Amino acid sequence: MKKYSNVIAAYSIMLMLIILVGIFQSWSIALSIFNYCMISAVMTMGANIQWGYAGLINFGIMGYTALGGLAVVLVSVAPVPESWRVGGLNMMTCLALIIGMIFSIKYILKKIQKSKKRNYLIAAIIFIGLILIKLISGPAIERIEAVEPAKFGFLGGLGMPVLFSWIVGAFFAAGLAYIVGKVALGLRADYLAIATLLIAEIVVSIIKHEDWLARGVKNVIGLKRPAPYEIDLQTSSWFINLVERLHSTKLAAINSLSEKQELLNQLVINASSVYVKLCFAGMFLVVVITLLIVTQKALYSPWGRMMRAIRDNEEAASAMGKNIVKQHLFIFILGSAIVGIAGAMMVTNDGLFTPGSYRPMRYTFVIWVMVIVGGTGNNFGAILGGFVVWFLWVQAAPMALFFINLSTAHLPETNALRVHLIETAPYFRFLLVGIGLLLIMRFRPQGILPEKIIKQ
Amino acid sequence: MEFINAIIVLLNYTVIPALTYGSQLALGAIFVTLIYGILRFANFATGDMMSFGTMFAVLLTYYLQSKGISFGFLPTALLTIPFAIAIMIFYMLIIDKTVFSYYRIKKSPPVQLAMVSLGVMFVTQAIIRIIIGPSDRRFLDGEKFILKASEFKEMTGLNEGLTIKSTQVLTIFITVVVVSIMFWFLNKTKTGTSMRAYSDNEDLALLSGIDPKRVVMITWIIAGIIATIGGILYGLDKSYRPFVYFNNMLPIFAAAIVGGIGNPYGAFFGGYVIAFAEIFLTYAYKRFFVYILPESLEPNSLIQLLSTDYKFAISFSILVVVLLFRPSGIFEGKKI
Repeated sequence: MKKYSNVIAAYSIMLMLIILVGIFQSWSIALSIFNYCMISAVMTMGANIQWGYAGLINFGIMGYTALGGLAVVLVSVAPVPESWRVGGLNMMTCLALIIGMIFSIKYILKKIQKSKKRNYLIAAIIFIGLILIKLISGPAIERIEAVEPAKFGFLGGLGMPVLFSWIVGAFFAAGLAYIVGKVALGLRADYLAIATLLIAEIVVSIIKHEDWLARGVKNVIGLKRPAPYEIDLQTSSWFINLVERLHSTKLAAINSLSEKQELLNQLVINASSVYVKLCFAGMFLVVVITLLIVTQKALYSPWGRMMRAIRDNEEAASAMGKNIVKQHLFIFILGSAIVGIAGAMMVTNDGLFTPGSYRPMRYTFVIWVMVIVGGTGNNFGAILGGFVVWFLWVQAAPMALFFINLSTAHLPETNALRVHLIETAPYFRFLLVGIGLLLIMRFRPQGILPEKIIKQ
Repeated sequence: MEFINAIIVLLNYTVIPALTYGSQLALGAIFVTLIYGILRFANFATGDMMSFGTMFAVLLTYYLQSKGISFGFLPTALLTIPFAIAIMIFYMLIIDKTVFSYYRIKKSPPVQLAMVSLGVMFVTQAIIRIIIGPSDRRFLDGEKFILKASEFKEMTGLNEGLTIKSTQVLTIFITVVVVSIMFWFLNKTKTGTSMRAYSDNEDLALLSGIDPKRVVMITWIIAGIIATIGGILYGLDKSYRPFVYFNNMLPIFAAAIVGGIGNPYGAFFGGYVIAFAEIFLTYAYKRFFVYILPESLEPNSLIQLLSTDYKFAISFSILVVVLLFRPSGIFEGKKI
């Protein structure tokens, strides 16, 4: 127990902070912060597996998050039959063409010796394939995007339960990670960082601009939810009864019947949003705890020890007969898949998919701050980092506003400096997170909860 | 005549914009490469540092404009360059003293320094947004065009007009001057040689009596000059918006790596490679072919290889291809 005392202390402080938000702001805000903290925690765990276990730097978190989100759309949205009718066949042909291209190139690479002829052959296949794809897909895309552009204009998804998409999101991200890993993992650390950052940007720009796939920047709204809808809750009697029982003393204090009804309505509306967020919190908690158990087991297994050995001394590990390239690729895929789950969770939680909102600042750099602040190589640390940094990120603006008001209280309301500062309050989050990162890097480079190596 | 028209179309819509954009990228890429070559880390605060210098140029321009001072037909912002550079260098030296020097003396791995530069990025971005806000700002004044399309048509009697904006000429001219001075400095002066020696082999450089503190300081000063000028030129040509500057970091990195990171010549060249690729691949060639082909063959589609949405994606794809086949860049950079 003593071993974990600092973990328990750090987590209790974090929970206290969230409870304080619940008491002083509102329980709905506290729960949505809590949910987002957990989503961040899952992303951080993915990045931590790559960076903490294996020392691989992945600045492409944004791309995997976006792919996870795309999975939600492709899995849960009902298919649009009209779009499929006008363009489905062409798009499927293109898919078949791409698969055919990949296999024929693989076949050529295997069968023909390395030569100029082989290079020309591959170039010809790619060139002809691209022209064919452009010719086949061009008109189909136009037709698909013309199908009720305000509402559809895309192929739609499979219409399956949304929870299934979390797994699909993981597979999407893993697929991308396989390609990226094959291309870039041989690079030195800072090159790898830049390459992954740029590849993620390519992925997001494809999702943004291929409208037939997921409506691009026109967004997909009203996604399915694994939790009940607020509006349904507000009309179901069991829920109203529950709220009435919970607040019976408060309600009993009011005499007038109409006032009582009004208060009850208000309470029901508040309670329904809290209830939905609690449902999400429960689901996210299951994911976080499952991942925590699995990663913790993996970290202290022979495999985890091997990964640490590779991280700390590649040459030595390689001399011991470990296949470093293969293990790096494997862990890269694993970590990215976890980030993919987080991306799917986030879109499910929001109920909408907005490709335009995927920006490296929010989805790559902030996540990295979480990893470093929490503690690299320590899963408890990674989760804590997700919580702490997300909490700061969200609460920085109110905090800044409070301090600005406090320090400029003696100035008149219309003072230019005061007005300007109040307008810029949201940007203090960058300052807070940046200074936090710099301080941690300087004075506690191993993070709040440092890596613990248990010797057997 | 048809042929000249076709050439003018290409010049007007691709070559001149690409040269301008390439110059802006080249300055940024040289900034990245100097920091990488001498201080040995990938600086993720690149875009924001350029933005920081530009911010002061914008503010000073507004101040001068309010005082009624202008620079004739040239943009007032040119007058503010020295002051913006001074503030920028001051800021960079402070950052180096308080943040980077600690890790340099400890000889931390480059990755750690890159992570630290993330922190600097966050802080710089916060300062910029707190001072000037996130909105779009134009600060170009003076003569807008050197040559207008209508004037050109009158002059030559061609169908196609050629427009040359003053910012385009300024960008290309100033870039060439600044970069030549920098190369002269690096190659011909004693300080420049000591910088290159330090970049090649730190230990040997120290043995031969080169003062590392001085080298680092001069690197920041040159980097500050180049970053500020690059940022101001970009802002004059397009407009100043903090978010755009942050995003520009990505093609700048691509340019630096494509050219061979650590090699200033490579960075300079890489900027143009990226710019020309972006513009040539996304330009719709219809008008060009209308002039050059006989009427029967005239195209009816836009003849655009890729939609302009993929502008950024192109530069990144080039980078990926370069990394795959020639990881040290087109010009030999530092060994990976």
